[in-house]
Amino acid sequence: MENKDVEILRMLEEDAKLSISEIAKALELEEEEVKRKIREFEEKGIILKYKAVIDWEKVGLERVCALIDVKVAPERDKGYDSVANRIAGFPEVKALYLVSGAYDLSVLVEGRDMKEVASFVAEKLAPLERVQSTTTHFILKRYKENGIKFFGEEDKRRRLAISP
Amino acid sequence: MNDEKIKEKIAEKVKNMPKSGIRKFFDLVIGMENVISLGVGEPDFVTPWNIREAIVYSLEKGYTMYTSNKGLEELREEISRSIERDYGVYYNPEDEIIVTVGVSEALDLATRAIINPNEKVIVIDPSYVAYKPCVELAHGKALVYSTNIENGFKVDVDELERIVDENTKAMIINYPNNPTGVTYTKKELEEIADFAVEHDLIIISDEVYDKLTYDSKHVPIASLNGIRDRVIYLNGFSKAYAMTGLRIGYACANKHIAEAMLKIHQYTMLCAPITSQFAAIEALKNGKNAVKEMKEEYRRRRNYVYRRLREIGFEVVKPEGAFYVYPRIGINGEKFAEELLKKKRVAVVPGNAFGSSYRDFIRISFASSIKELKEAFDRIEEFINEIKIEKTI
Repeated sequence: MENKDVEILRMLEEDAKLSISEIAKALELEEEEVKRKIREFEEKGIILKYKAVIDWEKVGLERVCALIDVKVAPERDKGYDSVANRIAGFPEVKALYLVSGAYDLSVLVEGRDMKEVASFVAEKLAPLERVQSTTTHFILKRYKENGIKFFGEEDKRRRLAISP
Repeated sequence: MNDEKIKEKIAEKVKNMPKSGIRKFFDLVIGMENVISLGVGEPDFVTPWNIREAIVYSLEKGYTMYTSNKGLEELREEISRSIERDYGVYYNPEDEIIVTVGVSEALDLATRAIINPNEKVIVIDPSYVAYKPCVELAHGKALVYSTNIENGFKVDVDELERIVDENTKAMIINYPNNPTGVTYTKKELEEIADFAVEHDLIIISDEVYDKLTYDSKHVPIASLNGIRDRVIYLNGFSKAYAMTGLRIGYACANKHIAEAMLKIHQYTMLCAPITSQFAAIEALKNGKNAVKEMKEEYRRRRNYVYRRLREIGFEVVKPEGAFYVYPRIGINGEKFAEELLKKKRVAVVPGNAFGSSYRDFIRISFASSIKELKEAFDRIEEFINEIKIEKTI
């Protein structure tokens, strides 16, 4: 991939609301070219979606998250993929990783409350064929997500408006 | 004593020194709300976390004492290593490097160490605001040479030949430049170096923006053949590492010059703040990636701002480094800046703050996010359209 392609993606990853015109100017490209490239990224599934990062706590809507360690007996020829595919299908699952170490899959589950998360684990996740055990860690506080810190904001207002 | 009597006590030199054009403008901006400022001479990034964390650690350890006048040995060694690695110039950390309170102090030391009363120092306009006052406070005379936008703000050595005289001791150069963003190629530096050799001049070279060079590789003038010993190389951590308020920089020079500078430093400053020295060590050891990321972002902003200025139709030289651009706007820069601030709440610095022959210029800093730059330029465009309409009426 060309450097400029990577730069377009980096800029959008940082701020998906940047306009075609701003990106074109910043990368010394023509607007048509940027438009075409972004369309290509979307068609190829390189850009999957444009989403907002929301601090739901500030909205007052409580959401409960848990990280669940899952031990799985891998399947002949398919390894972990087919069971992972079944787990990933549930909308409650926000993220899913195959990891090294004491267990196999790490699942991030989100629900309205603890009860909902717990029942998802008990009724959907744990009974799955090949799932041998689960350990649920409820998330108590979010400090940083997707590279964004949720606390200890830096105060940039002290920068002088005019300086040499 | 009444006010008049007190005023009489002020030294002539200081009394006659004009207030910085920037300060005048600063007073105007203070108290105004919703201002987008493109008048800022420092990064909008916060110092990278690893550097801040190193500061906290040094404080926990209780490192709040004096250091040696020259600065911490470990820091001088890191500085020496980094210059040698990046540019192939060696300065002995033992006696050729002084850690200073920003490049500002280094500049003051350099001018005071070499200038005798009434000796002249060539200053190339448009120039950073401190050069002329520092030369004058050191009892020297600034010999001002003004570059022009038609030549891309580059030095024409033939013209320097016309102004240099027997009494000229040194010249101050600064690249990438504040306020123009212009930098020099190796060939251009060689011409300047030859000129300095021919007239036996010391070169004070302020290269604080070296790491923010966008289209080429920075060449320190001290790296050219046979010139090192007449160069006082000034650099610091403020710009590349976003450490302005930590006030930490350094000067490198032949040991005799360094020793002279150190004499002044030890009686006036004693040493640079130890906390900032620890920050600087961390910056040199582990700051490369952060600098690279910030530089890439500045480059995009540079491109953005340059195109917006071209679209407006200002005469402009594309900056190759630093985070400033210095367009000619065709009308009085002071008036423009004042009206723009009042009507559209966008702050820029009038061009004549950097040299009296740049009345119809402004300095725009692009140390702001693209989002802010977009808003600022939309407002500037509105403002210009309004002026145009007023004119036709």
